Amino acid sequence: MSGTFENPEVVQEEVDILLIGGGMACCGAAYELMRWAEAAKAETGVDLKIKLVDKAAMDRSGAVAQGLSAINTYIGPDQDPADYARMVSNDLMGITRDDLAYDLGRHVDESVHLFEEWGLPVWKLDEQGERHDGAQGLPALKDGGKPVRSGKWQIMINGESYKWIVAEAAKKALGMDRIQERVFIVKLVNDKNDKNRVAGAVGFSVRENKVFVYKFKTCLLAAGGAVNIFRPRSVGEGTGRAWYPVWNAGSTYSMAAEAGAELTMMENRFVPARFKDGYGPVGAWFLLFKAKATNAVGEVYMETNKHLLDDYPPYGKAAVPASCLRNHLMLKEMTEGRGPIYMDTVTALAKMKEVLTPREVKHLEAEAWEDFLDMCVGQCGIWVGENIEPEKKNSELMPTEPYLLGSHSGCCGIWVSGPEDLGAPTAEEYAGIPGHLPSGWNWGYRSMTTVKGLFTAGDGVGASGHKFSSGSHAEGRICAKSMVRFALENKNWKPELDTDVATLVEQIYKPVRTFLEFKNYTTAIDVNPNYITPKMLQFRLQKIMDEYVAGVATYYKTNAHMLKVAEDKLEMLKEDAKKMRAKDLHELLRAWENYHRILTAEAHMKHIQFREESRYPGFYYRMDKNFVDEVNWKCFVNSIYDKESQKWTVFKRKHVDLVDKSKLFKAGGH
Amino acid sequence: MPTFVRTEKCDGCKGQDKTACMYICPHNLMKLDKDGSETGHAMRAFNQEPEQCWECYSCVKICPQNAIEARHYADVVPLGGSVQPLRGSDSILWTIKFRNGVMKRFKFPIRTTPEGSIDPYGGKPMPKLADIANPGFFNPEGGYRAGNPAELIRK
Ligand SMILES: Cc1cc2nc3c(=O)[nH]c(=O)nc-3n(C[C@H](O)[C@H](O)[C@H](O)COP(=O)(O)OP(=O)(O)OC[C@H]3O[C@@H](n4cnc5c(N)ncnc54)[C@H](O)[C@@H]3O)c2cc1C
Ligand code: SF4
Ligand code: SF4
Repeated sequence: MSGTFENPEVVQEEVDILLIGGGMACCGAAYELMRWAEAAKAETGVDLKIKLVDKAAMDRSGAVAQGLSAINTYIGPDQDPADYARMVSNDLMGITRDDLAYDLGRHVDESVHLFEEWGLPVWKLDEQGERHDGAQGLPALKDGGKPVRSGKWQIMINGESYKWIVAEAAKKALGMDRIQERVFIVKLVNDKNDKNRVAGAVGFSVRENKVFVYKFKTCLLAAGGAVNIFRPRSVGEGTGRAWYPVWNAGSTYSMAAEAGAELTMMENRFVPARFKDGYGPVGAWFLLFKAKATNAVGEVYMETNKHLLDDYPPYGKAAVPASCLRNHLMLKEMTEGRGPIYMDTVTALAKMKEVLTPREVKHLEAEAWEDFLDMCVGQCGIWVGENIEPEKKNSELMPTEPYLLGSHSGCCGIWVSGPEDLGAPTAEEYAGIPGHLPSGWNWGYRSMTTVKGLFTAGDGVGASGHKFSSGSHAEGRICAKSMVRFALENKNWKPELDTDVATLVEQIYKPVRTFLEFKNYTTAIDVNPNYITPKMLQFRLQKIMDEYVAGVATYYKTNAHMLKVAEDKLEMLKEDAKKMRAKDLHELLRAWENYHRILTAEAHMKHIQFREESRYPGFYYRMDKNFVDEVNWKCFVNSIYDKESQKWTVFKRKHVDLVDKSKLFKAGGH
Repeated sequence: MPTFVRTEKCDGCKGQDKTACMYICPHNLMKLDKDGSETGHAMRAFNQEPEQCWECYSCVKICPQNAIEARHYADVVPLGGSVQPLRGSDSILWTIKFRNGVMKRFKFPIRTTPEGSIDPYGGKPMPKLADIANPGFFNPEGGYRAGNPAELIRK
């Protein structure tokens, strides 16, 4: 029996382990999972049932859809996981979980070696120190091959097919009958007998009139970060050209919050400074081609504004100042009227040409274009349309609108259980932490959230950051092991949903019902007092966030009064979200994406409101508390959401260092 | 830069259930207009929400008829340029045309193994359940970096 738009078919399935998302983290999880599941079967006879659901097609889903030109986390034999944890901490202004970063640092290279084995071309240096692309047959990394570093932690790749390759391995590992693509998960369902446990997830197909209800023992929620909660700089046809891929809608944070999971550092955001309008990557330009960023008259603001770093000890004092502080120096130029800001590509390429042979120059030009073509074709679109050849004409730089993510240069996300062997705290010092939440940084299952059975990885894990593609894959793998253990240790437990299936289906198809009920009330399908289109819902959200919660409209500035206005407006927006309409399955997708965005945005706003300082100058400024307050706010800000009362509880957890950070700041040190 | 579909090139993936472009678009934008009621062109695909296009080129690269191209955002970019790939099994060829007519071509490798050849666990050890709560993956020899214990200041 196949369903109709009025009456969708309901597909129910019970599994042991559900993976939500098909991005880097879930691909990593899938790969590691099947091997341990096989071991479980061989040793205990338990045959675990496993399923992966992705809203898109795994070959090109998630942030790596387009490809990437670098693997941003590769430790290599010469650096220590502690060095990595230090870098992560400093870039995120001191407040990260060393246990999580360190653990990632010791695992991540294993995934990178696999990528190369599977066929990802990794650039190499030959014995003369000349660069070669990854198809030249130079020794593999695991055999001592020398990568081309575009920074202390990054290595260059020919990564157009990066996701395709990683997905191939994951799909082979799982087998296609364990994969369900084009299903958007709308919400998690708590257990009937334990509200602090998850038992299921519900979603719908964007291709057929079907609602999917999964029951499980444990689930990995890794559906990426959040984009488009702020008004983007381009608002016409160019709306889709956000830096962050427009399809990750904060599902990870909102679904986890509604299920009761503790969030952390949701005040953190990432505002990348990128090539203007196309948002092409700048890393290779700065680090590989040694280009400098200047103001309109050619002054290098990282030098002329260097003194501003003194305002933010110790984070401004590291050899590489935190990302937000680099923005801070750029923003001074912009707000004081010395823009536009340029990447001086002309000088950089001319200088390189002085020391290179013509053959090497040709290779260099190709490298410069490849950096964009492999991961940001849109930037090339800008260059060809505006006749910009980088050796002849400089390109503008611009900080984007804010995004929320936990795996790139950001650290918002979910509070998870860390490794037990690194000396992490096991008790809490602050009062005010809701009693049902665990104390300390580990509570048994690595990577489990504070909700029993719910795990996360990649952009989902907060208070770490700088994992990137390789680290997200590795973190998915760390999760997978832990989830197999959880499933085995709970093998006799039966999930029971706290809401009956008919009600869940009604909730998910509510926007459809609303549309069908009211569509003939007016003659214009989009203008109707009984419903709101997902698009208008999104515009309203973006307007609120942009104007009151430190978006580009105010040059990233807000204060307690503006936040209060936002708080009230978001309340009403949340109420109006109950009147979302969906005229077809595509719009049903947009409706629920925007619902996820609203909740994610609300968390962001509440956290900024709670943290009475400006921890990330250059990403946002609370003008009423425009300083970094190490005494009172060098702590985690965490929160939980109650889906019944729809209220947030925000509180502090103490921060401690597990590795010595002073090494970052010694003269001549790192 | 939203994508567009060339009317005379698209064959609707020969009337298969699932067209290549619909299959691949991560944002669910490509749609087949079966009866022509939405575009006036029956059995052709189109981008149903151009202002949501990320220009990821996934659809452009996968279309078997090379029917999909991109016209850079009209509200941002001057007309006349184009950036068009041809993705093969081991490399991708880019043809780049500037507004002023300058042309460039680049070819980059995309993978070093044949598509579909990955043997995920070939030659790799089976783990022991006894190790499941320890750090490290099922194949620990592959790149695990234990780290210098002296760096851990609270242990
Ligand atoms: C613009 C950009 C450039 C980057 N550049 C680099 C780089 O050069 N090098 C590098 O190493 N890293 C880079 N990264 C980082 C890297 O891409 C991410 O760290 C990584 O992809 C995160 O993995 P993830 O699995 O958490 O999320 P993703 O890989 O984004 O995967 C999310 C998955 O969830 C699915 N999904 C979302 N919502 C739902 C839902 N409700 N139901 C079902 N499925 C859902 C999506 O379809 C997708 O499959 C970049 C990231 C961005 C955004
Ligand atoms: S993939 Fe190409 S040929 Fe197939 S429907 Fe899409 S545009 Fe047409
Ligand atoms: S370019 Fe990407 S986002 Fe745009 S329609 Fe094609 S696949 Fe979808």
